[in-house]
Amino acid sequence: MTIALGNPDRPNSYIGRSVPRPNAGKLVAGAGRYVDDVVLPRMVHVAFLRSPHARARIEAIDVTAALEVPGVIRVFTGADIAEACTPWVAVLAHLKGLKSAPQHAVAVDHATWVGEPVAAVVADSRAAAEDGLAAIEASFDPLPVVVDMRSALDAGTPLIHPELGDNLTFQRLHEKGEIDAVFASAHKVVEARFKTGRHTGVCLEPRSILADYSRSEGQLTVYHSTQAPHMMQTVFAKHLDLPEAKVRVICGDVGGSYGIKVHVYPDEVATAAIAKIMGRPVKFVADRLESFASDIHARDHEIDGRIAVDETGRILALDIDDLTGIGPYSVYPRTSAIEGNQVVNLCGGPYDFQTYRARTTVVLQNKAPTCQYRAVGHPIATAVTEGLVDMAAEALGLDPVEIRRRNLVPDDAYPYTSAANMRFEGLSHHASLDKLLAMIDYDALRADQAEARKRGVHRGIGFASFIELTNPSPFMYGIGGARISAQDGCTVRMDPDGSVVAMSGVTEQGQGTEGMLAQIVAEGVGVPVSKVRIITGDTQTTPYGGGTWASRGAGIGGEAALQAGLALRENILVIAASMLQASPDALDVADGQVVDKATREARMPLEELGRIVYFRGDTLAKGLPRELVATRHYITSDYPFAFTNGVQASYLEVDVETGFIKLLKHWCVEDCGRVINPMLVDEQIRGGIVQGIGGALYEECVYDGEGQLLNANMADYLVPMAAEMPDMIIGHVETPTRESLLGAKGAGEAGTAGAPAAIMNAINDALRPLNARVTQMPFTPERILTALGTIPH
Amino acid sequence: MKPSPIGYVRATSLAHALDLLAEGDGEEKVLAGGQSLVASLNLRLIESPNLIDINGLDELRGIGVEGDVVRIGALTRHCELMASDVVARHVPILREAAPLIAHAAIRTRGTIGGSIANADPAAELPACVVALDATIVLASKAGGERRVKAAEFFLGLFETDRRDDELLIAIEVPTIKPGERQSIRELVRRSGDYALAGLALAGPADAPRLVFFGVGDAPVVAGNAMAVLAGGGSIDEAALALEGDLDPADDINGSAGYKKHISRVLLKRALSVDRQFEAA
Repeated sequence: MTIALGNPDRPNSYIGRSVPRPNAGKLVAGAGRYVDDVVLPRMVHVAFLRSPHARARIEAIDVTAALEVPGVIRVFTGADIAEACTPWVAVLAHLKGLKSAPQHAVAVDHATWVGEPVAAVVADSRAAAEDGLAAIEASFDPLPVVVDMRSALDAGTPLIHPELGDNLTFQRLHEKGEIDAVFASAHKVVEARFKTGRHTGVCLEPRSILADYSRSEGQLTVYHSTQAPHMMQTVFAKHLDLPEAKVRVICGDVGGSYGIKVHVYPDEVATAAIAKIMGRPVKFVADRLESFASDIHARDHEIDGRIAVDETGRILALDIDDLTGIGPYSVYPRTSAIEGNQVVNLCGGPYDFQTYRARTTVVLQNKAPTCQYRAVGHPIATAVTEGLVDMAAEALGLDPVEIRRRNLVPDDAYPYTSAANMRFEGLSHHASLDKLLAMIDYDALRADQAEARKRGVHRGIGFASFIELTNPSPFMYGIGGARISAQDGCTVRMDPDGSVVAMSGVTEQGQGTEGMLAQIVAEGVGVPVSKVRIITGDTQTTPYGGGTWASRGAGIGGEAALQAGLALRENILVIAASMLQASPDALDVADGQVVDKATREARMPLEELGRIVYFRGDTLAKGLPRELVATRHYITSDYPFAFTNGVQASYLEVDVETGFIKLLKHWCVEDCGRVINPMLVDEQIRGGIVQGIGGALYEECVYDGEGQLLNANMADYLVPMAAEMPDMIIGHVETPTRESLLGAKGAGEAGTAGAPAAIMNAINDALRPLNARVTQMPFTPERILTALGTIPH
Repeated sequence: MKPSPIGYVRATSLAHALDLLAEGDGEEKVLAGGQSLVASLNLRLIESPNLIDINGLDELRGIGVEGDVVRIGALTRHCELMASDVVARHVPILREAAPLIAHAAIRTRGTIGGSIANADPAAELPACVVALDATIVLASKAGGERRVKAAEFFLGLFETDRRDDELLIAIEVPTIKPGERQSIRELVRRSGDYALAGLALAGPADAPRLVFFGVGDAPVVAGNAMAVLAGGGSIDEAALALEGDLDPADDINGSAGYKKHISRVLLKRALSVDRQFEAA
């Protein structure tokens, strides 16, 4: 069965419309059910003692006094937890050479970053557990720390894990073409060093878990704020020595994740281990301070980049040398080599050139572990690429739009394989740029900039073309040996009242997954969207799936939902045809009615069909299939990833006396293929842009030379706030993927991928007449003034 | 984090509150708006305190003008400063400062007495009252009322001249006079943040008192710059003289050099542009 998604006048159409989210009312009313809202009989709370040192030998942990604290029930050291929970090593086979050390849920002998759990106190309240923490006598032998990634590999630097032999966890070199020859003979070569600030995701709802172990059933039930329930089911089973079938992960409402909640955290696994040991429900909700010190960080990169261009501005070659520090362990199970790997894969991605060298060097350090955070590697690769392209344009006296026009992969060149060997099915860089230029009224903007300059007001316009990796296949994790599903499934069921229940393996994080699924299922089956209920986030009831990450929910989970909905419609029509003595081909389902396909005349409400099937099946022909339930699974197979593209523009003003930046306006034109819900997509892109702005201007985890995190609070770690955000204008070009009927690619990370580069280029456009340039994020006022020479370096 | 166990008494009168302070062991904490105190409790920066809640004390409320003095009760909320006609007419700098304090929810709870007694060096109101040459009114069971000039009240980082048995009950502020001006400006990364640097000025239009905040352990009176202005010096000369007035520390929000630089920018901008609150 198929569906004419390109026809806006088709009946019962929801795909492509801004249908209100079915769960929005509940969430706005404060009636969501997050992990912390779940209270179970005999439940206890756990709090963790965290290492105050970036690197230390744990000499002794005396829990005697802690056990005397009122309300404290039990105290666990690393050795206690290790008896019930095996350590993990986060490597993937396809990332050749990647190495890491065994990581325990609670550190056993050595602490390796400030914030690593070193003991756990279980009490009848969180407050009592914290009283217990204060009474633990822990003694540490502080060891020399590794904090500077530039010296992490030097001979004199201590080894964080001596058994690994060095502090190098991964290195990859990609080479294509005669790079040295091309650079040697190029008309112009431009180079720069870029830095992206280590930052983190800051979810409104912190990481939360409630683990309940039933000894009589041998069953572990985990209420978890997570993006990947099935992945966590495997992790808990493997490390707590349980059969997978005896682990159920339930994921209710989630208050934002951004990639932060798709990783295995030692304190969360320890919580489950304690539940198994004690045979009772144990809750852990990270507070804001420990979130900063124990959530994954990301984007701690220094990149040397070179670009070679000819006289006409054609890009000849790109040479990238990326260095990143990932903390003391590669993070389980997705590993911490992916971000650097993405930098190699994505640099230069929008452009038509074939000579490319890129190296990433991934080193260990005594800071919080880093791993995949929204738009993994994209903002880094885009900032380096777009920064170099702008510098090349400047060197050649070209307008930044013109150099992009001359180099973006032509819209008719697809399928296309990039210099990094990424395969693109169909992108729309030029159409997107055209649309963007019309939206921003480029000439008027340049005129405004010139007029402001005369008044001593320094405004800048910055562009950033980008690609985004979405809809990943097993090439992302599965081929490396990780039990992380790239396929996903959906089961759709019609109940006697004609309403529909759909169970999906992708998850709701607050971004609208369930709304997206509801409208796809409604259209697929042919019912009003109000008749659809969505169930996600339960490993026991939903089809097995990967969950929500890498912008896969709509493209993969959505296609499975569409196919399941269409299959249910076919099943309905078989029954209806028998009841109405018609051919199934002559009937259709629309708006909850079986209708005549040609005339659209209503023939029978689905409630009537449901009544007959479920209560008067005796009146139907013997042997007639009565399958009012259908399940479909979907996996991408033609391409390893469905790449999307887009272009952003930023207009801003730099106060050259104070270094302050005022964002005036921001635009994004993005091509995520079929847009299922324009409002949700636009708001995803706006939210992504805001997180990109955070990385560009505000957010940085600041460590001192001893590995102490200095700004682990919401006053000193600056997340972007609404008052400083500009108006963001969003436009779309739609190039549906031909791999699926739905045609949707991902949209969740486009905003974050391009915003930092657009902001950086706008700042440098504003500063250009003053002969200043910034390339180190975040672009704080002080860094702006330092670049201007107003204050000393 | 969760707070440690807390002792709590709700004072039923000013006398009751002063009794509680007099009977205490010096570890009592006065709960007014709670906008700094409760956060400190939740972070366990203050452990197991005995709270004296003064929110029921009507005698600490209200804004009144008597002669050339405006008396502002210690429990006056920041949002009430914003809404007060008396403040707008007679102490315009407070009307201008109140919206700069944090966010709406915090302004609804936070009080002027709490802000001044807390003595956060980056807060707006302590700098304002020093610039205004205001008088801090304290009361105790033993000593009755005691008045301290604002410039002498702030002793250091979160440190004031208030004694353990004293309660800050009001602030007395001289009304603005013809020929005087008042203004406040600050530089914040995000609206509602503590200032990287700020400047409150009040007094004669050509030579106002200049008080910086966010650049020292307490509000910093820029005596050298004020002397330059009083002697008829130029704005640029006053800005240069700040070198001898300000000695900020490096912190993660900015280096000392950056803070000094933007303090000079604030001074120049305040003196050359910002004249909207000059008296008629």
